[in-house]
Amino acid sequence: MYLKELTELNGVSGNEDEVREFIKEHIKGLADEIKVDSMGNLLAFKKGKSKKLKVMLSAHMDEVGFMVTGFGDSGVIKFATVGGIDERILPGKRVLVGEKKIPGVIGSKPIHMQEKDERNANVKLKKMYIDIGTDKKEETEKLVSLGDYIAFHSPYTEFGDGLVKAKALDDRVGCAILMGALKERYEFDLYACFTVQEEVGLRGSEVAAYTVNPDIALVVEGTTCSDVPGVEKSEYSTVLGEGAALTIMDRTSYPDKNFVNYIYELAQRNKLPVQFKQTNTGGNDAGKIQMSRSGVVTASISVPCRYIHSPVSVMSKKDFNSCKDIVIAVLKDLGTREEAY
Amino acid sequence: MFELIKRLTQSFGVSGNEEEIRETIINEIKNDIQEIRVDTLGNLIATKPGKGKKIMVAAHMDEIGVMATYIDEKGFIRFSNIGGVSAFVSLGQKVKFKNGTVGAVFYEDKLDDMKNLKLSKMYIDIGAKDKKEAEKLVRIGDVACFVGDTVRQGDMVISKAIDDRSGCAVIVEAIKRLPQTDNEIYFVFTVQEELGLRGAKTAAYQLKPDIAIAVDVTATGDTPEANLMEVKCGGGPAIKIKDRSVICHPEVKKLLEESARNINIPYQFEVLEYGGSDPGAIHISAGGVPSGAISIPCRYLHSPVEATSLEDIENAVKLLIEAIK
Repeated sequence: MYLKELTELNGVSGNEDEVREFIKEHIKGLADEIKVDSMGNLLAFKKGKSKKLKVMLSAHMDEVGFMVTGFGDSGVIKFATVGGIDERILPGKRVLVGEKKIPGVIGSKPIHMQEKDERNANVKLKKMYIDIGTDKKEETEKLVSLGDYIAFHSPYTEFGDGLVKAKALDDRVGCAILMGALKERYEFDLYACFTVQEEVGLRGSEVAAYTVNPDIALVVEGTTCSDVPGVEKSEYSTVLGEGAALTIMDRTSYPDKNFVNYIYELAQRNKLPVQFKQTNTGGNDAGKIQMSRSGVVTASISVPCRYIHSPVSVMSKKDFNSCKDIVIAVLKDLGTREEAY
Repeated sequence: MFELIKRLTQSFGVSGNEEEIRETIINEIKNDIQEIRVDTLGNLIATKPGKGKKIMVAAHMDEIGVMATYIDEKGFIRFSNIGGVSAFVSLGQKVKFKNGTVGAVFYEDKLDDMKNLKLSKMYIDIGAKDKKEAEKLVRIGDVACFVGDTVRQGDMVISKAIDDRSGCAVIVEAIKRLPQTDNEIYFVFTVQEELGLRGAKTAAYQLKPDIAIAVDVTATGDTPEANLMEVKCGGGPAIKIKDRSVICHPEVKKLLEESARNINIPYQFEVLEYGGSDPGAIHISAGGVPSGAISIPCRYLHSPVEATSLEDIENAVKLLIEAIK
């Protein structure tokens, strides 16, 4: 299912090349036409037996990360975040800098040197730096350029009862599921869209949806999972291990109710674990796709991920499999129906 | 006019759930206009064909509300907002789900400072004994509107959902009274405005009109210690100059002002410093559409006691007809 390979590739928003090349290479022969558009979206077209329906699957290739913004005299790198990252988790994390993937660590002033008020406050991003082991500015500048991308360094690890720890599960899980879905044949025309720049404002999907102009779209995502200590049950967004999560509404979209219910019922009929995402926070590509052109029937299904947007995102393989199976079940079922759904 | 407003405001239509209000509007207009259709997102589009200018007239059907997000063991329902819902305004109100289930909105007793009131510290009590009983009536994802009956007092109407059923009423009346004209007019009742002008965007894309005029409500500055704003209830319909989402096209503004003068009705200008409206999405859709708006002055926006002037609404109908005919 390529999850290890996909999550260990770097593809911070705007720099998805590595991920795109990998996917392209591995879906060769599975699609009738593979295109890369001007923004970098990878669009794989799979011709169906009939023309009555055009379905778009969408998953974003990009992940949150950082960008080099400057250099300190001692050779350290100043950086900015790309996408939403909680800066409080950063000190002590491992990163890979630039195309050469130079290893680095995120450092900050050590605790024994901090003033009392500094100790009591969170370290601010502008006080952090990346140390790549050089001790002169000139030395660093030979290895790293302004604007270079920086990604978390976090190998894929399986642990616990079928759990996975990795970076970029959001949304390489979706990419992996789309790659799997392309192995099957369908009644209708299918576009599997691997989009760019979701984490900086759903940008790639807006362009992809305009190009594809689908009748129906299904967004496959990694979403938040807040079933952890300190959170009230009433505020859980999803629960790990309880199946793929269907979005009822979030900040960016109110998916088509009939389509969402159809997916929910189909999953239940097929005994595939499924849950509704309880909170209405966050957003994803569905927001742009649903409002593309004259409007698109859209839904969004996700693999719950704890500690999302961090180097240690955690998911359950059970949820991943149920998400993959539901997506394929939906595509199979859509093909057998007279009405769209 | 009051009876029409009452029928429209009392129909259920929280954003994304406009089925009932759409039916209500279809019943109001089906004898007056032939071509009526519903698009992918749920916008209701009624077309008066013609060879002249293509004019889009828009009012949103949706209203703010709440969505059930969690039901606890005792049957209390946690919820989130749909559109701009204030915790303070919601406190002590009744909400009504689509199936008629009514609930009381209240807050956790242990909250020590009212300033910290947040929707996440509040719940809906539908009088259920426990979770099982509650789930028979309400499911996660179900939506509810605020309860606020429609009353008339002198020239004022007080009701929930004046935003924007008053605009819908203006368009319904305009359809009924429209004189002979060459223009092709699209009367659009849009969805999901309160979630970010969503329906208007896809409607404008498919219609590609020459100009667009929206009819929506606007805030006023005529209440005690109000924020400074020139608009007042009873001062006539307001011609929008700008809000946070749009700077209205000068030609549309001019058209509306000249129309108001032609028929000799009072009018005012609206500069709204916050909030957006459908022209915000329409004017940057489909290659650009010159857009403007007629705004109905309304007090206590996004509350169950929105208050507006019947005479302003009546004059808005006249102004709209004059502008599009």
